Amino acid sequence: MTAREEILGAVRSALAGTKRRDAIPRGDSERARRRLDHHRANLIPARGRLGAKARLDLFIREAEKVDATLARVSSAAGVPREVARYLAKNNLPMTLKVAPGDPDLFIPWTKQTLLSVEEGPADGADPTSVSRAFAGVAETGTLVLLSGPESPTTLNFLPPTHIIIVSAAEIVGDYEEVWARLRKEKTGTDGRFMPRAVNWITGPSRTADIEQTLLLGAHGPQRLHIVIVDEETPSP
Amino acid sequence: MESTTAAFRENAAKALGDSKLRDALSKLTDGFPARRREAIARLPEFDALRDAARDIKDHVLANLDFYLEAFEARVIEAGGTVHWCRTAAEARTAILRICKTAGAKTVTKGKSMIGEEIAINEHLEEHGIEPVETDLGEYIIQLRNEPPSHIIAPAIHLSKEQVADTFREKHRHLSPGRSLDEPRALLDEARGELRRKFIGADVGLTGANMLIAETGSIVLVTNEGNADLTYALPRVHIVIASLEKIVPTLEDATTILRVLARSATGQEMSVYTTFCTGPKRQDDLDGPDEFHVVLLDNGRTKMLGGEFHEMLRCIRCGACLNHCPVYKAIGGHAYGWVYSGPMGAVLIPNLIGLEETGDLPNASTLCGKCEAVCPVRIPLPRMLRTWRQRQFEQKMNSPAARAGIRAWAFLARRWWLYRMLTGPVIAVLGRLGRARGRFRYLPLAGGWTKLRDFPAPEGGTFVAQWHKARRREGRT
Repeated sequence: MTAREEILGAVRSALAGTKRRDAIPRGDSERARRRLDHHRANLIPARGRLGAKARLDLFIREAEKVDATLARVSSAAGVPREVARYLAKNNLPMTLKVAPGDPDLFIPWTKQTLLSVEEGPADGADPTSVSRAFAGVAETGTLVLLSGPESPTTLNFLPPTHIIIVSAAEIVGDYEEVWARLRKEKTGTDGRFMPRAVNWITGPSRTADIEQTLLLGAHGPQRLHIVIVDEETPSP
Repeated sequence: MESTTAAFRENAAKALGDSKLRDALSKLTDGFPARRREAIARLPEFDALRDAARDIKDHVLANLDFYLEAFEARVIEAGGTVHWCRTAAEARTAILRICKTAGAKTVTKGKSMIGEEIAINEHLEEHGIEPVETDLGEYIIQLRNEPPSHIIAPAIHLSKEQVADTFREKHRHLSPGRSLDEPRALLDEARGELRRKFIGADVGLTGANMLIAETGSIVLVTNEGNADLTYALPRVHIVIASLEKIVPTLEDATTILRVLARSATGQEMSVYTTFCTGPKRQDDLDGPDEFHVVLLDNGRTKMLGGEFHEMLRCIRCGACLNHCPVYKAIGGHAYGWVYSGPMGAVLIPNLIGLEETGDLPNASTLCGKCEAVCPVRIPLPRMLRTWRQRQFEQKMNSPAARAGIRAWAFLARRWWLYRMLTGPVIAVLGRLGRARGRFRYLPLAGGWTKLRDFPAPEGGTFVAQWHKARRREGRT
């Protein structure tokens, strides 16, 4: 018998032969199948259930609480200027590695001649990266990023400074709304919708492994700057 | 990993005498529980979410065969491979085979308790492959050749001076005159060392906080971002996880995430929560070419349906350690194996056998705090009592202890005899101890009075006082 058969057999006989029938719920594969098909939400905390403005305010408050910095610009055209301002203020090099072309959100990087901008995945030497979030979650100030050709995962983790652009319209109350949108927008003909990596990012990298002293920038970025674009833009 | 749990009593005595350890543990006592309380105070639904998390795990365990097969099917559809392993040895063999096929020289690792459980590092080293722990705490203890002392803060037992000494000893290529006085300097040095390892690694090995049956995804939760560099950079990503990590849907995983970080570190959400689904896609610019999930039983199916069934709900948050008076006094190493604290005291005998665990099941005051803070409401004190009962039934404790327990049981079943004996004893002790209020020495209680005074009884037995109070209220 293979290990697979033996393990599944052991699971089945342990459940069928339990002496604790009153304490252990009975298996029901029909119910389990329905659960996978319907993926119903469980209890969702009331915290994120807010109108658009209060929701955005909550997102900003929560993100600041976990040491992210934020800025708002009125349109994608304002992003390069804000990025240049942020880098200058923090005395950082004007060099960026950015996610390669997002067809729906054109950012005119060339208008900021101070910035040296390169597209592609991060290689370990880039001081700063810019990527685009699929959504923001007000509940905890979390950003949701999807891997893909226009959004390499390494940009989120290798450079010491990470700038994330999110559209105000894409900031939702809770995580469940993100899953619903992902299923709606990304389901392919094969029924699959999950990209290779979905990254929830809540503040910059940190550790408290040495004497419980909280330090930012453990392996991931030490600085996380979020640029909220107020103008309505289509999702990536 | 070799266990020293059988010597628990000696381990604990040694730990109690270690003042450095005491300082380190007192920081933990102040830190995690206070932050947990603050986070919970901000979320009125927290207790209801604990119920929901418990129900999810109960449902999964009752249908574990269904969900395991569903998960496997989705992993394969996403282009990954599932390796079923009955034992630690099978898991080690499977991982080594994947590494060898990939021609791996260096394997970077995200922190994984299952990795500790199967002692994968030693196995890889024996076969000429260098495993590199990348979580800062794990990296430090790997350099020191020590096991973790806490499931989420593995180097909690060390001071920054001890870490600095270790770095000086192991990072010989760096300037001996450098300053390592501050935690920041230690972090920066480790970050620099590990960057090179991340970039050069052939295989990335991570654990998983959850496995999602709906999508075949694995969930990784970290604050440092080390797990993300571990799966994103090498050509091969291996995930090692035990069977009970399964949850049905993304929504169910989300509910558990809402209680996980709050229970563990008191954060609302950990910094990085990652859902990995299969290897690199056709147009991806980065990511691993291969995605393997090593699914490990190693004793879990034996717990299923039995007295320790609910232990399989555990999400490894560490809240029971952080709140346990015994853990706070002795730290994790005294437990003698991979896990520690109340969850360890329940799990260790399940995984390595009761005969290997000595006095461990008795290392609890049964105060109930662990169950009170558990995000999935595991009845840990009940399970510890079950182990004690089994030790007694299997005649594993000393003849003196057994005689004592038997005498106690005899008395406790006959309340009239119990009262007849305790009444006079209490009266005599009360009179003798009136002057000092305590005893330095008591016959038959030398084990207690050797280390501390025994308080003198004040004013009769509990039952006598109870009756007196009732009479005063005029209700009898």
